[in-house]
Amino acid sequence: MNVIEKILSRASGEKEVVPGQIVDAKIDHAMINEITGYLVARYFHEVGAKKVWDPKKVTVVLDHTIPAPTAEAAEVHRLVRDFARELNLPGFYDVGRGGVCHQVMVEKGNVKPGDVIVGADSHTVTYGGLGAFSTGIGSTEMTSVFITGKLWFKVPKIIRIDVTGKFGKYVGAKDLFLRVAREIGFSGATYMGLEFKGPTVKKLSVSSRLTLCNMTIEVGGKAGIVEPDEKTIEYVKSKTSEPFNPLYSDPDAEYARTLKVDVTGMQSQVACPNAVDNVKPVSELSGVELDQVYIGSCTNGRIEDLKIAADIVRGKKVNPRTRLVVVPASQEVFIDAMKEGLIQTFAEAGAAIATASCGACYGGHLGVLAAGETCLSTTNRNFIGRMGDPMAKVYLGSPAVAAASALTGRITDPETLR
Amino acid sequence: MNSKALKFGDNINTDIIIPGKYLTITDEKELGKHAMDGIDPKFAEKSRGGAVLVVGENFGSGSSREQAPIALKNADVKCVVAKSFARIFYRNAINIGLPVLECSELWPDVQDGDLLSVTLEEGTIKNSRSGKVFKAQPLPLFILEIIQSGGLLNQLRQKQTKKDK
Repeated sequence: MNVIEKILSRASGEKEVVPGQIVDAKIDHAMINEITGYLVARYFHEVGAKKVWDPKKVTVVLDHTIPAPTAEAAEVHRLVRDFARELNLPGFYDVGRGGVCHQVMVEKGNVKPGDVIVGADSHTVTYGGLGAFSTGIGSTEMTSVFITGKLWFKVPKIIRIDVTGKFGKYVGAKDLFLRVAREIGFSGATYMGLEFKGPTVKKLSVSSRLTLCNMTIEVGGKAGIVEPDEKTIEYVKSKTSEPFNPLYSDPDAEYARTLKVDVTGMQSQVACPNAVDNVKPVSELSGVELDQVYIGSCTNGRIEDLKIAADIVRGKKVNPRTRLVVVPASQEVFIDAMKEGLIQTFAEAGAAIATASCGACYGGHLGVLAAGETCLSTTNRNFIGRMGDPMAKVYLGSPAVAAASALTGRITDPETLR
Repeated sequence: MNSKALKFGDNINTDIIIPGKYLTITDEKELGKHAMDGIDPKFAEKSRGGAVLVVGENFGSGSSREQAPIALKNADVKCVVAKSFARIFYRNAINIGLPVLECSELWPDVQDGDLLSVTLEEGTIKNSRSGKVFKAQPLPLFILEIIQSGGLLNQLRQKQTKKDK
């Protein structure tokens, strides 16, 4: 069995599972944010439930609309805040305490190798970076999980992605995923999982593995996963003292398909409007002028990402025709970025910096786009209307490409600034 | 059910079905007024009185927001027939009681405004303009029961009431 089959088999008490089989699995942790969570609160009350199956195993985060940009958003916060208080949930993260839900989940030690985790947000697939099976679900199912601690899953077929070769200085996980997206297509992994393997994946940091798995939903994936190793174990142990039992794919595990990628000599990659698989090497896009550059989100708003971007903009100024918006993925990342002087570096370069949140990534606030504007963003989606007006254009790229592009005002290969 | 068809193409994602800016609206009827706002701001007017959405591949890709099927249901959409659905949307639609059928052959035959008769039990769709009948994969009984109860929560409530009696 592969690692996902093993996790689902253990969680459902089945000796062995095969793709297509439906299993009823025990959930190790469940997460909601305010957008999906107010519906969970409503449904929970409607069905007359009183208690969560295990209050320590649920996390509630306000992240999409923080601090509240409208009275309506504030009301949604209140509904969710009251719900968390009523249920006495220790894992509630209010404005200024948490940040983007997925980053909070890994930072607070709620994700462990071998776990089954569901979140009412599609980017819950991120936790595969730590060797967990994690996937996004809706509010109705989450209500049921809150009550029962279980959920049914169809065991997915897995696409194996073997990665070899050495990344260039400014090339990494984001570029690798965009390259994979070009190969697989935006719906090519629907109902399926993706397992990233090979020596190059082994060399990636925990942060980069989270980036890789975060985007698997963008090709329709049910889950992404990187098998845990010493880096994973060390990271998780630094976040929690709870025990865990990692699982690994058998050497003869079966896969629906194997995709081989050699990253040697690969340029930075950019997804062009309006699809994540509309991917081109950065050098082909150097004529594209930008109104805004956005660095942040559950994809690329971690400290590793901010460091890469800050190194490029340090001592320089953002191009006058472009706005740079920087949003750390969590309060913890924000504090680390302050300690390391990155916030000052961005501010001196002329960037707007905001408190940790989902911000403009989903078209909420803190940098949404006007009709006809063009943005290069380190986020995960460039759907029509995603970041604001449907007539805006969003390109997706790495923190290095974002930083270099902010300096020149057009899409730029960071290599050319060296 | 008999309803007029409203037709769209491939990759209609959740940001098109209900853009992010509407996600703090907690009134379901109000959400319905903004359904498909990302592609057709007049959609809710057109779907009034009942509509069958006929769409291409990968319908509902993207976000886990249950507001997407909720908005469609409250915009009087009676059923969505797609060439294929994204996974989370498909589950969400069933859970809130919005019927979803997969059928690739219907799409090329349909024009906006065609009158379609859909029977969920058999998974058939008849286009009265062309006279053709299409067969989708019928929904399994347990899924039909969820839809006929008006969603998973209603079903849970009904089971609860029976138990209480």
